[in-house]
Amino acid sequence: MAKMRLMRLSAYFGRTRALKEINLDIPESNVTAVIGPSGCGKSTLVRCLNRMHEAVKDARVEGEVLLDGENIYAPGVDPAQIRRRVGMVFQKPAPFPTMSIEDNVAAGLKLNGLGRSRAERAEIVERSLRRAALWDEVKDELGKPGTSLSGGQQQRLCIARALAVEPEVLLMDEPCSALDPISTAHIEELVLELKSQYTIVIVTHNMQQAARVSDFTAFLLGGILIEFSDTKQIFTNPEQQETEDYITGRFG
Amino acid sequence: MNTLGPYADTYRAWRKLKSAAMMGATVIATLLTLVPLFLVLSYLVRQGVSGINWVFFTRLPRPVGEVGGGMGNAVVGTLELVGLASVLAVAVGIGTGLYLSEPGRNSAAANAVRFAADVLMGVPSIVVGIFAYAVVVRPMGGFSALAGAFALATMMTPLVARTAEEALKLVPAELRESALALGIPRWRTSLSVVARTAARGIATGVLLALARIAGETAPLLFTAFGNQYWSTSLKQPIAALTVQVYTYAISPFEDWHRQAWAGALVLTAMVLLAEALVRLLSGRGLRVPR
Repeated sequence: MAKMRLMRLSAYFGRTRALKEINLDIPESNVTAVIGPSGCGKSTLVRCLNRMHEAVKDARVEGEVLLDGENIYAPGVDPAQIRRRVGMVFQKPAPFPTMSIEDNVAAGLKLNGLGRSRAERAEIVERSLRRAALWDEVKDELGKPGTSLSGGQQQRLCIARALAVEPEVLLMDEPCSALDPISTAHIEELVLELKSQYTIVIVTHNMQQAARVSDFTAFLLGGILIEFSDTKQIFTNPEQQETEDYITGRFG
Repeated sequence: MNTLGPYADTYRAWRKLKSAAMMGATVIATLLTLVPLFLVLSYLVRQGVSGINWVFFTRLPRPVGEVGGGMGNAVVGTLELVGLASVLAVAVGIGTGLYLSEPGRNSAAANAVRFAADVLMGVPSIVVGIFAYAVVVRPMGGFSALAGAFALATMMTPLVARTAEEALKLVPAELRESALALGIPRWRTSLSVVARTAARGIATGVLLALARIAGETAPLLFTAFGNQYWSTSLKQPIAALTVQVYTYAISPFEDWHRQAWAGALVLTAMVLLAEALVRLLSGRGLRVPR
């Protein structure tokens, strides 16, 4: 079943069209990888799924994105509301430097005014950190600044922070590109664990990574969706010549 | 064992000489900058310290011709004026800085505000005084602490706004995006994430602006005006250290000169104290109220 559905989605930066009439169904409780060469619109695509695209000046969107059948670009829809349901993890881990580990995880709850008691919040912080596979490493130093952690830990902290608002979909924009191989392996394991509860969309430059973690793969080129299917299918028997050229390393 | 050729040693000696010469030049430049500061401070302390005593801080000035008395009213007056001006300027200035760095950024309106702030910073302080005289003193029918604070705030606001803007712009875009992606509304992101991260820089800007206006005399001459007595209402004229120092320094009386030096020393100490205090606070991560 499709958790999100993109219908003739085009995205613009000023006059430049970065995405051209994308039609795509994102299956629920699966991992969908988005691959393609630099500048093909991968990041733009995921940023359209939680209305972050429009946070950039002069950026706009045409077409529809359905979340559980409802258009998130319909007039009157609050982007903040959408972003709470569709969480996001960025390329560079960015914990809030003024906040402790605990406060970083609770930031989405506190600053959204989702009034919760202290005990409830502590519970959510623990649960989120456990889900992000970080709890055991930080449980004795929750009061330390989030920025005191290593890069890989910081990224898991950002994942915990995104999970704390209890989203339904988790977007990951090249979450491992700033991390070493061990941290990358951690995050990949995590993705596989999380997919039972969340619909995950992961942008990656690393084709082995896409093959390892995803169930479905979308290949983008020049803002056009070239091919979308089963990951196995894409990597073993792609339908399009461009896809084959890309995954065999002939360009990009 | 010379692998760099026959002239390597000579070359190295020449490089070392050049390095030493450059190093020497920078040290001399640093000293040239610092020496006047220490000369001024040490002279100030030597001249002023004899006038500092309990009476100076607690008593009113004596009438002309009488020896003794203090500047208690001027010390309190300066604190009141600077405090009141800061309240106005910090609120408006940080608000403006947030607008310039966040929603405004490159809009035409923001550029106009930025330009206006830069021009306002360059306006001579006496002109700011005349401005305050025209818009506050005349309508209110007299000199007052409010008018003085208004004049000082007029000078302070653009400084605070521009330094706050610069501090806010240094906050990495990723933090703003991360907060927005959590579904945190834009205004909340600006205040609780961006402004909080920039709090140290903003505090430094406020401090610099404060130090700048605490020493102003010209804008107070025909706004706060000065007062030989304790001022009990913000609608009355009020004494200020700078004005008092000016008045006493140009007088022909020995005792007044002594007090003028003491006043100047106290004013300098107040500014240094404020600076140290903010440094201390911001070192511990000064937080913008949530």
